[in-house]
Amino acid sequence: MIFKTAAELATLIAEKEVSAVEVATAHLDRIEAVEGKVNAFLHVGRETALAQAAAVDAKIAAGEELGPLAGVPIAHKDVFTTRDMPTTCASKILEGWRPPYDATVTTRLREAGLVILGKTNMDEFAMGSSTENSAFGVTHNPWDLTRIPGGSSGGSSAAVAAFEAPLATGTDTGGSIRQPAAVTGLVGMKPTYGGSSRYGLVAFASSLDTPGPFARNVLDAALLHEAFSGHDPRDSTSIDAPVPGVVEAARQADVAGMRIGVVKEFTSGDGYQAGVLARFNETVELLESLGAKVVEISCAAFSYALPSYYLIAPSEASSNLARFDAMRYGLRVGDDGNHSAEEVMALTRAAGFGAEVKRRIILGTYALSSGYYDAYYGKAQQVRTLIARDFDAAFEQVDVLISPTTPTTAFPIGERADDPMAMYLADLCTIPSNMAGNAAISVPCGLADEDGLPVGFQIMAPTLADDRCYRVGAAVEKALEDRWGGPLLGKAPAL
Amino acid sequence: MSITRDEVAHLARLSRLALGEDELDHFAAQLDAIVSAVARVQEVAADDIPPTTHALPITNVFRPDQVQPSLTNAEALSGAPAAEDERFRVPRILEED
Amino acid sequence: MTTLVPFATALEKYAPVLGIETHIELGTASKMFCGCSTAFGGAPNTHVCPVCLGLPGALPVVNANAIEYAIRIGLALNCSIAEWCRFARKNYFYPDMPKDFQISQYDEPICFDGYLDVEVEGETYRIEIERAHLEEDTGKSTHVGGATGRIHGADHSLVDYNRAGIPLIEIVTKPIEATGEKAPLVAKAYATELRELVRALGASDVRMEEGSMRCDVNVSLMLKDASEWGTRTETKNVNSLRSVERSVRYEIERQAGVLDEGGKIVQETRHFQEGPGTTLSGRSKEEAQDYRYFPEPDLVPVAPSREWVEEIRATLPELPAARRVRIMKAWSLSDEEFRDVVNAGALDLIEETIAAGASPAAARKWWMNELSRTATAQDVELAALPITAEQVARIQALVDAGDLNDKLARKVFEGVLAGEGGPDEVVAARGLKVVSDDGALIAIVDQVLAENEDAAQKVRDGKVAAAGALVGAVMKASRGQADAGRARQIILERLGQG
Ligand SMILES: [Mg+2]
Ligand SMILES: [Zn+2]
Repeated sequence: MIFKTAAELATLIAEKEVSAVEVATAHLDRIEAVEGKVNAFLHVGRETALAQAAAVDAKIAAGEELGPLAGVPIAHKDVFTTRDMPTTCASKILEGWRPPYDATVTTRLREAGLVILGKTNMDEFAMGSSTENSAFGVTHNPWDLTRIPGGSSGGSSAAVAAFEAPLATGTDTGGSIRQPAAVTGLVGMKPTYGGSSRYGLVAFASSLDTPGPFARNVLDAALLHEAFSGHDPRDSTSIDAPVPGVVEAARQADVAGMRIGVVKEFTSGDGYQAGVLARFNETVELLESLGAKVVEISCAAFSYALPSYYLIAPSEASSNLARFDAMRYGLRVGDDGNHSAEEVMALTRAAGFGAEVKRRIILGTYALSSGYYDAYYGKAQQVRTLIARDFDAAFEQVDVLISPTTPTTAFPIGERADDPMAMYLADLCTIPSNMAGNAAISVPCGLADEDGLPVGFQIMAPTLADDRCYRVGAAVEKALEDRWGGPLLGKAPAL
Repeated sequence: MSITRDEVAHLARLSRLALGEDELDHFAAQLDAIVSAVARVQEVAADDIPPTTHALPITNVFRPDQVQPSLTNAEALSGAPAAEDERFRVPRILEED
Repeated sequence: MTTLVPFATALEKYAPVLGIETHIELGTASKMFCGCSTAFGGAPNTHVCPVCLGLPGALPVVNANAIEYAIRIGLALNCSIAEWCRFARKNYFYPDMPKDFQISQYDEPICFDGYLDVEVEGETYRIEIERAHLEEDTGKSTHVGGATGRIHGADHSLVDYNRAGIPLIEIVTKPIEATGEKAPLVAKAYATELRELVRALGASDVRMEEGSMRCDVNVSLMLKDASEWGTRTETKNVNSLRSVERSVRYEIERQAGVLDEGGKIVQETRHFQEGPGTTLSGRSKEEAQDYRYFPEPDLVPVAPSREWVEEIRATLPELPAARRVRIMKAWSLSDEEFRDVVNAGALDLIEETIAAGASPAAARKWWMNELSRTATAQDVELAALPITAEQVARIQALVDAGDLNDKLARKVFEGVLAGEGGPDEVVAARGLKVVSDDGALIAIVDQVLAENEDAAQKVRDGKVAAAGALVGAVMKASRGQADAGRARQIILERLGQG
């Protein structure tokens, strides 16, 4: 049962072939069996999950019309607030915090009848690309337990790749959905910024953070995308427009006559692993064979996306994370009658935040300081304009842009842990779409020859043309699965 | 571009992080490398380029002036490290606002 | 300790330059960025939600009405209204600020470049307005332990976030120069005029005593013939009109003292002390403030359409300055009389009473005397008395018709205020009609003349002034219900003097 797709499970449940409780139980049992090796979850809510599943079963028994994913279990990134489970963002500073409200994404999952199994591990406050920055232990890549599952949404990618859940939520600020999806052989989508609500998503970088889906295939990802997206009046940056027809596009799976641009800046260079480039180039050829017209396009400003991102994201983060000050919720250190509020704030933040979070707070504080603002934050925002212009110019010529999702496959746990610059390179190809706000997806395109690990293929589409990501992604998936004789995850070692 | 240890100490105070001496040394070296790397944005000729602060060009998002239900006092204080008399109890405040 | 220089002496040598920043809580029903109530005085932490408590994940959404109020105020202050502007984050840590940044506006205020004319002793001063921008209020801390309940020496503090997130408009003047010894009065006149203006616009109830209007007053001194301004101090949270005047006066005296002793003025924040009327230096901060402003990424830009701005302009009410001119003329009031009416909070009430039919003099007389006294005695605002302008007008109408005299009218007021019903009901229930039936009155007069033979004889002898005592006796005997004029007539007739 755990190897079925979300769409299959939903059909079985709707047709009463299996109950939602049976499906939830099977996944909870799987979690119990493999969590010792994977460590994808920070919290597993067996009781609440079974209660939600039973409620779905009751509605089905009563003949109620339910959504297309009703009864399907899901793993929820611990960055979204949940009333019935702790929300910690994998930080000691929020350990045990029970929010008095649900995030909009959480509410919509519940309304769609999805059964929340638990909250997944992540890099603390979503800062990282390996999930090693969690205060509560590393998560292991199900393909190779000595390697990272990507990040920051590494708990979500690992949970889905380890068949602990058919679906998961994530957030993508610089690649935090696409990169973990790429290195675990999953589909991961960053919707258009403003297409999915940030209300109740604990902010890392407000102008970049975007909730999105993880799934083992393109259609499941589209179904989940549709379930939790759409306008939210509680999020001022939410787009008041219908959700693009992503499910239809995933079913269409056809690229004949489409114009596709290969981003020249992301197809060569020092950091790229040979096996990654080989799989990427094969997939480009595959698209041509499917009738797409492929051209190479230069986006010069993309080369400055990474440095610009590492100014904008930490700047916003330094402000967003100021509220963790030990006054209203979360950890408090040093409240012994001898320390002032100011001292307690500083002691708590020093004790409660991990090294990467502190680094970025200091970096962001620096970039926003008087005297440096124009040279750093201001300049980075100008680069952002140039990146958006490059996208605009490219999308005049092509329908979608493509690149490898990440320069390398999953790296060993510990390899880049204290080398921030090396770690930051993992997001090289994914960052431009966060800067410009457009849609982008990663779909698996094979295993690298040198390490046998999954490689991700990134498809970028214009703002609000999310459907194109699914259309091209589904075409790639279909053609490759024909070639492989089944999903890529079928090749993963058993846990 | 470079960033000194003293500057890191100043930034840590500004951002309310009580860093130890070791941490300061460690971060100073790392931040110096990061700042040098990100300073590359200054290479970009962008004199007449407007900054982008929001990914999408949306304006005028307002809500009507209507009172909505608030949290209860118990909900509001549910996460408080300390509470007293229906309020958040905080250590003595040194600086005036 | 600096010796103060007497005000007049200080002004012989120095010229003060002022700057006033005023924070006013807008009178919206809900907060600036969330749906919590703005009502004053709720139980602690009950007007709070994830947004205004700054809970992780919560996001702000702008209250449309706050934008409209800001534009109203901007237009009334003769400001330009931005075609496009943004909110910005002002970053600093403070326990009563839930997000540890304040959503404010930085270099793109919604209103800018305006002015407000104020009058001091017959002279008009034009106060230039630099900007008016929107921001959110903070929570409120109570300091526990220590002797004074003040921040210094306290053991710990308790924070109530009900006020956090209430919309504020911050109105900043350009430097106010060349006011000389009038500086304290100009500052007070500006604050007064601004309060009246915002109140007239219906954008806030502007109760300084509840902290819904707070002034930060900047003062610097320069030598009279100097061309460069001196260093300024900022006195924070000056919370009454009188304190605005006093704080300016004190800072002039203090700064003159420092300068005369050869000292230097430190650019600093000071706090006004209501009791002694002095200012105290705030605890100097170890680090210079660096607020690291940047555009608020959680909010989109505000771009009020010109049509909207013009619509708002078209609905602006008559502004206080114009109203003052009109009313002073219509009611024949002096400056001072007008100010008394305003200070008593009687302006609207008197206008309504006149609209309901009373003459200006009568309407003003009742509200400024009888009713003001009652309000003061009960320690409530005039407008809060349980009597309407229509009722006051009705009582006056009864007086005009001769049905009541002033003394009876006061009894009617007493009855209405005591909740006994409207004027006519009170008149009926208490039997307060003037006795104008001559038959009844003649009987009373005859009785009084019989009982006061000495006085009656004096009148007969031509000492008409003695009739006053007889009239008084008639009034007493009739329990005030006699028409005193008619009683006098009858007395004089009966005693051969008519
Ligand atoms: Mg302010
Ligand atoms: Zn609220």
